[in-house]
Amino acid sequence: MSKDETPDGGKARAIRARQRAIGRELRRMYDGVVNEPVPDDFMDLLRKMDDGEAPSDEKKKSS
Amino acid sequence: MTRTDIQPREDREPQPAPDFKTDLLALVPFLRAFARSLTGNYESADDLVQETLVKAWQSRDTFELGTNLKAWLFTILRNQFYSDRRRAWRQAPWDQDAAERMPGTSQDQNWAADLSDTARALKLLPDEQREALILVGAGGFSYMDAASIVKCNVGTVKSRVARARKALLAILDKQDSLPQRQRPDEGEAARDIMAQLDALSSAHEPEAPARRRKKGHAG
Repeated sequence: MSKDETPDGGKARAIRARQRAIGRELRRMYDGVVNEPVPDDFMDLLRKMDDGEAPSDEKKKSS
Repeated sequence: MTRTDIQPREDREPQPAPDFKTDLLALVPFLRAFARSLTGNYESADDLVQETLVKAWQSRDTFELGTNLKAWLFTILRNQFYSDRRRAWRQAPWDQDAAERMPGTSQDQNWAADLSDTARALKLLPDEQREALILVGAGGFSYMDAASIVKCNVGTVKSRVARARKALLAILDKQDSLPQRQRPDEGEAARDIMAQLDALSSAHEPEAPARRRKKGHAG
């Protein structure tokens, strides 16, 4: 409550700035996963699909 | 890797297989990111992506060349996520809460390896808002593509994204005002905030969020 209560313009600007920060954070999280190395499992799975018949429930390797 | 890496030893099927497969593989990182945001969990996210690849491969004939493969795959992944979750519900009808968390969302394994406040707050959003925000705000999808992925109209996506942004901000502000260890029940706090926002947004037209990202991967 001791926040500097500037008139609406300033407040709106502050909110937009925070929204942008949140947006950056979201992209950082998402891009963080995008940039992770892809585990070999995926390549293996795709390779098996080459054999013509789709591996019906391949992803349940064990369980 | 090159295309030959995933070439079969004998390729006699006259399918457009290698190209399609190369395209699938190239999109795996994005599928993993979206899956992580849905499940909140590393392993169930990767399982989900594998299921998605299998489904995509099985229905590759229904993909229309020239359309957005990424959006098509995201649609499959999302359908798979919700149908897995419905199955989880059916299997554990005595514990709706646990079932709701089932395909992921373990407390200690966040979808971004780090447990940032934003990541935690994101988990408190209703699914429909979270997915809309991720697709548009992080994934770089146009509102149009996001709408086709979540199967609603563009206006609805816009309003979900706007509400998600507002809610995230409200949750984070509320968290910031409390010292870390006496943050009580986050779920409670979020429901509270969502209720307030619902009341608010029924009175106001959702603001159109500014387009702030044009370099999206989604094309």
